[in-house]
Amino acid sequence: MKALNQRLNSIAPRLSILAVLLAGIILQGCGGSEDTNAKNESIAENAAEAVYVPPGEHDELYSFLSGGFNGQVSVYGIPSGRLLKVIPVFSQFPENGYGYNEETKPMLMTSHGFVPWDDLHHPKLSRADGMADGRWLFVNGNNTPRVARVDLRTFETVEIMEIPNSAGNHCSPYPTNNNEYIIAGTRFSVPLDTKAGGIADESISEYKDKFRGSISFIKVDKEHGDMELDFQVLVPGFDYDLANGGKGPSGDWVFFTTYNTEKSATLKELGASQKDRDYLAAINWKVAAKYAAEGKAREMPANYYHNKRDHNTHKATSTVKKTVRYLLPEECPGMMYLIPAPKSPHGIDVDPSGEYMVVNGKLASSLPVFSFSKMQDAIKVKQFDGEESGIPVLKYEAVLAAEVKEPGLGPLHTEFDGKGNAYSTMFVSSEVVKWSLKDFQVKDRIPVYYSPGHLMIPGGDTREPYGKYLVVMNKVTKDRYLPTGPELLHSAQLIDISGEKMKLLLDFPTLAEPHYAQGIPANLVAENSVKFYKLNENQHPEAVKSEKDVSVTRQGKTVKVNMTSIRSHFAPDNIEGVQVGDTVVFHVTNLEQDWDVPHGFAVMGANNAETLIMPGATQTLKWVPKKEGIYPFYCTDFCSALHQEMQGYVRVSPRGSNVPIKFNLGEPKPAPPAQAGMD
Amino acid sequence: MIMAALSPGLLFLFPMWKIYLTAPQYPEGLEMHIWVNKITGDTEGALQNFNILNHYIGMEAIHAESFTELKVMPYIVVFFMVSGVVLALIGKRKLILYWAGLLMLGGAVGVLDFYLWLVRFGTHLDPTAPIKIPGMTYIPPLLGRKQLLNFDALSLPSTGSIGILLALIFAGIAYYLSHKKKTQTNALT
Repeated sequence: MKALNQRLNSIAPRLSILAVLLAGIILQGCGGSEDTNAKNESIAENAAEAVYVPPGEHDELYSFLSGGFNGQVSVYGIPSGRLLKVIPVFSQFPENGYGYNEETKPMLMTSHGFVPWDDLHHPKLSRADGMADGRWLFVNGNNTPRVARVDLRTFETVEIMEIPNSAGNHCSPYPTNNNEYIIAGTRFSVPLDTKAGGIADESISEYKDKFRGSISFIKVDKEHGDMELDFQVLVPGFDYDLANGGKGPSGDWVFFTTYNTEKSATLKELGASQKDRDYLAAINWKVAAKYAAEGKAREMPANYYHNKRDHNTHKATSTVKKTVRYLLPEECPGMMYLIPAPKSPHGIDVDPSGEYMVVNGKLASSLPVFSFSKMQDAIKVKQFDGEESGIPVLKYEAVLAAEVKEPGLGPLHTEFDGKGNAYSTMFVSSEVVKWSLKDFQVKDRIPVYYSPGHLMIPGGDTREPYGKYLVVMNKVTKDRYLPTGPELLHSAQLIDISGEKMKLLLDFPTLAEPHYAQGIPANLVAENSVKFYKLNENQHPEAVKSEKDVSVTRQGKTVKVNMTSIRSHFAPDNIEGVQVGDTVVFHVTNLEQDWDVPHGFAVMGANNAETLIMPGATQTLKWVPKKEGIYPFYCTDFCSALHQEMQGYVRVSPRGSNVPIKFNLGEPKPAPPAQAGMD
Repeated sequence: MIMAALSPGLLFLFPMWKIYLTAPQYPEGLEMHIWVNKITGDTEGALQNFNILNHYIGMEAIHAESFTELKVMPYIVVFFMVSGVVLALIGKRKLILYWAGLLMLGGAVGVLDFYLWLVRFGTHLDPTAPIKIPGMTYIPPLLGRKQLLNFDALSLPSTGSIGILLALIFAGIAYYLSHKKKTQTNALT
């Protein structure tokens, strides 16, 4: 009977498609053009009402979706699915000059030089007492290992730290319950040279002996959020996929899924899929921190960038760090254990109580749920199944709480509603499956379109989830929207999980490829949102706070323009005396002190983007004119009724010309309109 | 009478007049606060924002320094406060009337002066202004509401002005009580 149910469940989507076809035929037969509500029985009857946010009103929640290969974070309102903002993190953003202007270029510096792109996978909100506190968002850069921090007062990236000894920073960034640590694991193991530092030049065929993984423990300043790499744990040469911190009783632990415990270096799709079981790794971060503090940590040379942007100078600066401390698990008993898990597991998710660790074995036929209390007991009575590189391996059965039977095909991720239920995405069978943490039975399933990766319940990874909505991020879009050529936006779906049955509410397209998301009640963020920068707190060394102080000065082949913008003119707006081949450095200060009055600045022919200057801020654009002539510059952001007049000219004369440096705004008499004095 | 003498002190603690502006693109509003000794707004940037908006129609920029009144008025208020206290100590009943009369006159002159400024700002427009609408002047209302292009302007006396009102009320009470006291004293003798 059970098997029959399962069979029915698995063909349910197909049945519903059949129903649509039939309905279509019937409706056509009637000559009617009734709407296609019958398309899917899982669409909530009140879907339109449930997602409708009337004009001028605000969404209930913010959600932060990673952008994957666009290197950005997209902010959507929930339940409307409206895009509110794109936050550039690891990618240059010509829209506002991030990574193009002189203030933000250092943000993208790494030990490999300027890297203007990355693959941003996992957003995680900062936490206080196991709950998202709405202060910062931490995100990982996968390709050139980096962890970044976005300040949610300004929705700007304020810090990026490179992770040394890592390759493919996928297993990252996971905060502990009070941001004691942000944890970042390497996806690729690489040969680490503990003498000379960094990744060594070794033969790939020596993978098994020479390659190691690293897990970084990044300290976070309680008040300001500044990151500092405290130490790393050098772990066996597996691939580390995903992680999550414990909570409540398991709050001192962090769990990591691993694959390729076969230690294969080539054709990993086969090589890493040979063993039936890989491992769930468990690290007690408190014990690790204690070992590190008590002198167990060794130091090795390193070379990594740490870039920070100052709120008052508006400038980012890079510092290069030269050492890193590391711990070896084989020297630190009680710090790390391995738990056998089904083949090549993907997500690891800990339930709100902190008792259950759900391992999403993407190639497995059941979903194992481990018990934290059983794990503690197994450690106590040493129920080991041997060891791996000096790390004890716990007995599978000794730690297992239950297996969720026939959950669906290809489980990837699980989140929780705080009401005793778990929701898992099934990539292969393209559905979200709801199951109970009480009896580990499947309770409901809903088809999603198509092939879900991550899912997110606001606060679904915290102590107390906001169990009303679920956002599922799908990998395949196909026919969900009007076609847009070969490349399609990925599709997310909003699902109502307030009742017993899941109900589909909304489809909305998302930018690039969201890999994970975080959601948070709007009031925790909205109330702290900065409206503009205070001009009197602007400490940019090149800021000009009054039009009477603007200047154009030549220093050798550099011409420095310290200028201002205010509705609706630049000061100065006529500049002469620039020569071909000069480096012209425009430092533009936006004198506005009102909400939503940015001014943009762009100059013809600059091999650069524009820069968009927020009220009270100063930003710098460099330009090297290559030919004499007159070059217009203008404000790029429609700022006022006279925006189109907000423009000026730079005269560029031949090299060696005797045209003197000269600048002005308006004719000498009468005085220009509205001198914005700063009294 | 001491109370009457101290009441104008409110003028130093609160603005005496407020002009509220709203417009389609200013749902949060914009306020100018006129004090006895300064001009401010509801936010730090408010005065600058007023001036930015006003320069499009050629209105002169508003700066506290351009008003001699703001330098003189504090002394006048202090004069009323000191003289009020002196009166209270002397206890000459008739002087209370003169004091109150003078205060009313002072208030009236203040309001008239304020009105003249509004007229000046609203009509003395720069002929080179970018936005010129034939026949349009921009005199903000002295009291009440008026539509000025996209702005709805509302002008109302504020908490500071209550100081003058209170001063007059307390002076009245003092006058009345001293009358009673006098008749009582008369009855006793």
